[in-house]
This record gives sequence, structure tokens and C-alpha cells, in this order.
Amino acid sequence: MSDLVAEVRDLRMSYGAREVLGGVGFTVRTGEVVAMLGPNGAGKTTTIEILEGFRMRSAGFVSVLGEDPAHAGERWRARIGVVLQSWRDHAKWRVRELLQHLGGYYARYGTPEIARPWPTDELLDLVGLTAHANARIGNLSGGQRRRLDVAIGIVGHPELLFLDEPTAGFDPAARREFHELVHRLTDTEQTTVLLTTHDLAEAERLADRVIILAGGTIIADGSPDELALRMSGHAEVRWTRDGQRYVHPTDQATKFTRELFAQFGESVEDLEVRRAGLEDTYMALVQEYEQ
Amino acid sequence: MSALKLGLARGGIEVRQALTYWPDLLQALFFSGLSILVLFLMRGHHVPGTTFSLGSLTLPSVIGMNIAVSGVTGVTALLVVDREDGTLLRAKATPGGMTAYVIGKITLTSATILIGLVLAMVVGLLAFPGLVVTAGGLLTLVWVVALGLLATIPLGILLGSLITDPRFIALIILPFSGLTAISGIFYPITHLPGWLQGIGQVFPMYWLGLGVRASLLPDSLRVVELDGSWRLGYVLLALAGWAAVGLLVAPPVLRRVARRESGSAVAARRERAMLRAT
Repeated sequence: MSDLVAEVRDLRMSYGAREVLGGVGFTVRTGEVVAMLGPNGAGKTTTIEILEGFRMRSAGFVSVLGEDPAHAGERWRARIGVVLQSWRDHAKWRVRELLQHLGGYYARYGTPEIARPWPTDELLDLVGLTAHANARIGNLSGGQRRRLDVAIGIVGHPELLFLDEPTAGFDPAARREFHELVHRLTDTEQTTVLLTTHDLAEAERLADRVIILAGGTIIADGSPDELALRMSGHAEVRWTRDGQRYVHPTDQATKFTRELFAQFGESVEDLEVRRAGLEDTYMALVQEYEQ
Repeated sequence: MSALKLGLARGGIEVRQALTYWPDLLQALFFSGLSILVLFLMRGHHVPGTTFSLGSLTLPSVIGMNIAVSGVTGVTALLVVDREDGTLLRAKATPGGMTAYVIGKITLTSATILIGLVLAMVVGLLAFPGLVVTAGGLLTLVWVVALGLLATIPLGILLGSLITDPRFIALIILPFSGLTAISGIFYPITHLPGWLQGIGQVFPMYWLGLGVRASLLPDSLRVVELDGSWRLGYVLLALAGWAAVGLLVAPPVLRRVARRESGSAVAARRERAMLRAT
């Protein structure tokens, strides 16, 4: 067995004359959390939907869990979890009722290594919906609904979980809780996660690897640190001296700071060195691409 | 669990929801209740040339009509709404989900129709003079209703697959009103011009009305039908024919529709609906 969960080579997608994906290629390894970033219309959703088996591609090679999603059967489907941006389905059902029912579809796909489905009560507890187990789904708040969607996404104990902008519209506390949930999944369950997001801080926190798409091609692929290092020229040093505030961009923060102290010694105060983050890299790469 | 069991479980849960959620229940009972009330008020009038109650003659026809209308439009509406809110996509994202989904919808629709049928029969036998229940009649009723469900539910799945916008659900009610008028439900088909009789006899509604009349009315009343006969052989052929067409055409069309479902398709529909709302 290969440790590649997904492999994509030269993936192309066109709607008529309009090309949405122009030769995308990447891999996802077992247990990895990969975040796909990019401006709207970059092709993230199309790529994910092709990998989910929800959309036919125009050309190229795609393998997910060893099968072509375009032709994979129900056994393959049972190994995948999908959490979309805006589920509103089953509004009349009750939370536990739906989780219990949907879990039933996975029972026959359990293996000695992976028990399926996830026990309903454990799952309710994991996503913090125990108190709402008997609530009508249509009456849940936005955040509760999303947690239910995550629960449904993982009820079959997926080996690969797709999360499409999972925390859009979350308040900061809900977002943090969600991140902890993803960490739990990937640490204890070995679930591989492929997510799209517009939140760069989220990508930095969650992802082992970041793929940036723009205009239907991949313009960057690497760990958040590697990508941030590409922009190492963009560290910023701030300090005060004699009550005055200074800001100096530099590509050699350590050397600059040493020289700063050598020259001014103890009169340098409130020193702050801010290294370029993923956001800076992202903005620079996308801008560069758009020119 | 097998897809069949899961589908039946699904249908069972949704039947319970329909029966315990009063807005749904009210909606389901409103029109049947209203039509039975109208018929009840008609019970004093007689079928021209006989002493048989006009209300009692019409009740079986209305039961037949209800099967046709609910069989088709009920499923259509369920499918269109489920596509809009992502329930169909959820079924697609679940292993074996599509099969169970379809079985669930068939279960829900059949159960709703059968509950309505039993209620209408109880009311009919208690409050409408002249209806008769015989073993032979009940047997006829069973196969007419079973074939009626088979003839109409696949058509509902077909229509529900073809209609992409919930606003169009209201539009399919219109042809049904027209069809009711020429299917001998409230107005005897024998009084219509020959070409309208011909059109009426193409669709399952006429045959469902005739089949239920044959089951619940005294045999002597067949004189008011075309040819002076219940024509049960033709009822069988017509309903079986529609069932065959529906079962042949609906599954591939639904599969095609399901293949196109994706998160962005549901999101795009939602966006259009929001634009309409503002």
C-alpha cells in the first residue's frame, strides 16, 4: 500500500471554452492536513469536487484512496467524508436521529482496523452537541449546524476528510473549538484532511502543507514555514529610541538588530522583530501572479 | 444494513415526522378534508336517473384522484425541495445513499397515500350511504392502489428530476386541475365530447378513479361508466403500462440529475433563491 491518499497529475477542467483548471498536480500523504488557498474563482472548489467524485474532469489523472473518483463505487464512498459550506438538509430530523441513521450506511464497510460507524453518543460528545441531541436540526444555530455537519462528515470514520471553508462565519471561540476538533481527528484517528479556506491564520494553524491556487494553476506548494521563508526578505524590525518610534523592513533581521544594538546600545527599547508570515507570502504570490 | 432496510427506516422516520409535526399534518389533511366535506354536502343529491347518492358516487373517484395527484406531485415536491436544500447531495455523499433515498421517498409517499385512503374509507363507510365493502371489492382495491402507486410515483420522480426551480412546483398543479376535469372525477366522463374522453383515458387518473369506483360501489352502478362496464382489464393494462414507462424512464433521469449534484451546484441554487427573496 502506498502512503499517498491522493494523487493528481495534469488535472484539467474546462466549461466550454473557459478553462478553470489548467494542469493541476499535487499529492496528499496519509495523515497530512493540506490546506488549499487561493482567490475566489481560482479553481479550489472545482478541484475538491473532482476529488470528492462529485464532478467529472475534462482531462488528467486523479487517484483518491487508490481509485479514480469518477468511477469509484460505494465502498470507496464509505472511506470519504465531506463537509460542505452550507448544508441545510434534513431540517425536520433530530440531531441524534440523523447521526444514528446515517451511521447505519457505514456499518457494512467496517474493517478490523477501522470500526464503522462512529458510535453516535461519542460523536455527539466529540462535536459538543450532546445537549442538543434531540433538537430539530432546523432549529440549530449556525455554529451548531456546522458542528453537526462535521459530525456527519466523520460518522463513517473516513480515511480522507474534505472540509470546504469549514469555519466561514464562525466566531473566534467557535473557530478555536473547531481547530481543536481537527487536531484531535488528525492526531488520534490518523484522518487525512484536505481543506479549503480563506483564513490564512487557520491554514497556518491547521495545515502541514499549503497549496495555493490562482487562475487554475498551482502557484505554490509547501509547508506554511517553507512558504513564509520564501518571503524572508520581509521581516520587519520596530523599536523606540528617545521616545521616537522606528520601523525598518529588512531581509537580515538578526544582523540588523545586532548592528542596531552595537550602534545605540541601551537606548533601544520596545524591540519587536516580526517575520513575514503565510499571509505576506500569499499576498505577494497572488499579486505576482496577477501581474 | 441493506439499502432496502435503510430506505424503509428512512421512510418510517419521515412518516413519523409528517404525522407529529402539525403544520405538515394540517397541510396533508386540509385538501382531503375539504373535498370530503364538499362530498358530504353533496350526499343528498342523486345520480341522475337513479336513487344513488351523488356524494357516494364521487367519493371513490376522489380517492382515485388523490392517489394520482399525491403519487405524482407529492414526490415531485419532495425531490425538488430535497435538491434545493442539499438532502439529495447528502444521499449522494453517503455510501448506498441514493438507493435508500429513493426507497425512503417511495415509502413516505405510499404511506401518506395509504393513511389518507384508510381515513377516507372509514369516513366514507360511516357517513356515505351506498358504499359497499366486499372481499372481491377489497381485493380489487388492493391491486388498483398498488398499481396506482407504481404508475404515479415514478412519474413524480421523473418530474421532480426535470424541475430545477421550486417555483415551478405550483405550475404542475395546473395541468392536474385540467386533468381532473376530464378524468371523470367530479363530472362523468360519459358527458364529455369523444376527443376529451380519449385524452382523459390516456392518463392514470381516470383509471385510478374507475378502479376505486369498481371496488367500492355496488355493481349495478357500472351502467354510468363508459361501455356500461368497470373495464378492470383495461384498468390493469393502463396502470401497468404507465408503471412500466415510469420505471423505465425515471431511474436513468434521476441518476443523471444526481450525477450533476455538487456542493457548488447546491450553493448556486441557494444564491439564486436568495436573490429572488430580496
